[in-house]
Amino acid sequence: MRKLSLSVLPVMLWLGVFLVIPMLIVVGMSFMGRDQVGGVVAGFSLEAYARFFDPLYLGIYWDTIVLSVLTTVICLVLSYPLAYYIANSGPKRQTWGLILVTIPFWINFLIRTYAWVLLLRTQGVVNNLLIDIGLIHEPLQLLYTRGAVLLGMVYTFIPFMVLPIYVALEQMDKKLLEAASDLGASPWKAFWHITVPQTRSGIMTGSVLVYVSTTGMFVVTDILGGAKSAMISNVIQAQFSGARDWPFGSALSIIFVITSLIMIALFNKAMTSRHLKVKEGR
Amino acid sequence: MIELAEVEKSFGGQVVVHPLSLTIREGEFLTLLGPSGCGKTTILRMIAGFEQPTSGKIMLDGKDLTHLPPNRRDLNLVFQHYALFPHMTVEDNIAFGLKMKKFPLKEQRQRVEEAVAMTQLTPLVKRYPHQLSGGQQQRVAIARAIANKPKVLLLDEPLGALDLQLRKNLQSELKQLQRSLGITFVYVTHDQEEAMMLSDRIVIMNNGQVEQIGTPREIYATPSTLFSATFVGENNIFSSEGRLFAVRPEKLRASRQVDDSKRSGEIMDVLYLGSIHKLIVQLDNEPMTVSIVFDLTDDRPWSIGDKVGVDWNAEDEVNIGP
Repeated sequence: MRKLSLSVLPVMLWLGVFLVIPMLIVVGMSFMGRDQVGGVVAGFSLEAYARFFDPLYLGIYWDTIVLSVLTTVICLVLSYPLAYYIANSGPKRQTWGLILVTIPFWINFLIRTYAWVLLLRTQGVVNNLLIDIGLIHEPLQLLYTRGAVLLGMVYTFIPFMVLPIYVALEQMDKKLLEAASDLGASPWKAFWHITVPQTRSGIMTGSVLVYVSTTGMFVVTDILGGAKSAMISNVIQAQFSGARDWPFGSALSIIFVITSLIMIALFNKAMTSRHLKVKEGR
Repeated sequence: MIELAEVEKSFGGQVVVHPLSLTIREGEFLTLLGPSGCGKTTILRMIAGFEQPTSGKIMLDGKDLTHLPPNRRDLNLVFQHYALFPHMTVEDNIAFGLKMKKFPLKEQRQRVEEAVAMTQLTPLVKRYPHQLSGGQQQRVAIARAIANKPKVLLLDEPLGALDLQLRKNLQSELKQLQRSLGITFVYVTHDQEEAMMLSDRIVIMNNGQVEQIGTPREIYATPSTLFSATFVGENNIFSSEGRLFAVRPEKLRASRQVDDSKRSGEIMDVLYLGSIHKLIVQLDNEPMTVSIVFDLTDDRPWSIGDKVGVDWNAEDEVNIGP
């Protein structure tokens, strides 16, 4: 133990400076008060946490969880087949698949998000196309809806899901599928009993990345959601900038970190118990 | 039992298994023996259903299997590197096939117990594969296959990854298991000693072609081709008057009378191996060495450099072609 402590010192230092200390500052600030001009007043107060229970904020909090879970689920459903296809292609196609998945990262994120505005607005590409083929006569309100935000989130974070699942599929021993087939499993059963549990780490990693990133994302909501659909991260961001209420922003941050940890724990539990049930033979 | 009729396999225009017809009998321990790349594993994978023959038919109990997927064939394969499911315990691994075939829970438990007892895994059932040694994993792989009570068990170099001592132990265990189960074993190996020890019949393969099929005794005593004469056991190959024949080292005699012997030569080496000893003799008029094996009744003092005559009985010559 003593020997170990010296070698892990740099890591501890790094974590301390960049994670633990900032977190402690945020925790500490969340229990402080605020003066008239937006400064932070030293002293202990639960006021910031009490404000959270305003129905307005509870609503936003709930909306954020729903949207993040939806984003994660949609990303998972879309990504698994894509990752599966890429992982089971020839080497050349695999390289191309991975390049195509990562290409969006080469372009500035804001530009990509604004591109969705051009596609979705009333005079945008999608509406014009639908009118041209005669499916609709009046342009639809696509932009500044919750749907647009969801679309933007899924679009933004899907590579975060594809890549870990691809890695897990790629590392899986293909002989296991042969063994399952030899023991009488149909391709679908082999997928369910072998491939899914074997890629659990990829599913977990991808889901946590997408979920946590979605809860923290305020740019997509700002650009595609308009004024109506705020997420908790928009509120937090506003507290630290325009509203100048750092204690309230800190309290919301802490509440959301804890919520995310609980969600991850629940998800982890759901994922592990699923394969334990294999024993009962469903 | 299993009938291969003119089964042929090629990959991308390259023939890996030449047309092959073979009948595997019920309850038989049959070994496909040959060097790596000879096509033996491909044959096994075709029987299991992981490869489709390019042409020909595979029948099990008179039923055509050729186009059935592996999960619908009533036989099981023990994989070379076991392919145990890492996320399942030993017990769950063994029960997997029974679950897929939807056996009632009670029968599943009973069959798992039987298989576990037969492979001496009882104390390990709750472990995961990564907590087991190589030999134990091997046993799980076998238990997982036999729990299904297949008509035929296919084994792809099942002992290939184990060290020599463990191999020897498991060889005799396998043989006993096959006797007590009474099911047909089709076994693939490149180890000729293993093949001799375990098999009822051996199919010797080389370059995708069958060289010889026979009992271990037939293969040893009367090899029919140059390849099988030299691949199984040690052999001396002579050619005379346009014909090629083999004489086993223990059938050769050495004597000090050089003149009236069939061949003569000079001793290059004397190898003492405990129960036997062996002379390596460089022949006089041919660029080859022969080995001669004596048992412990021979107590003549041989030394390197001695001139010896080499002789044998005509009936010990085994013709292996022109």
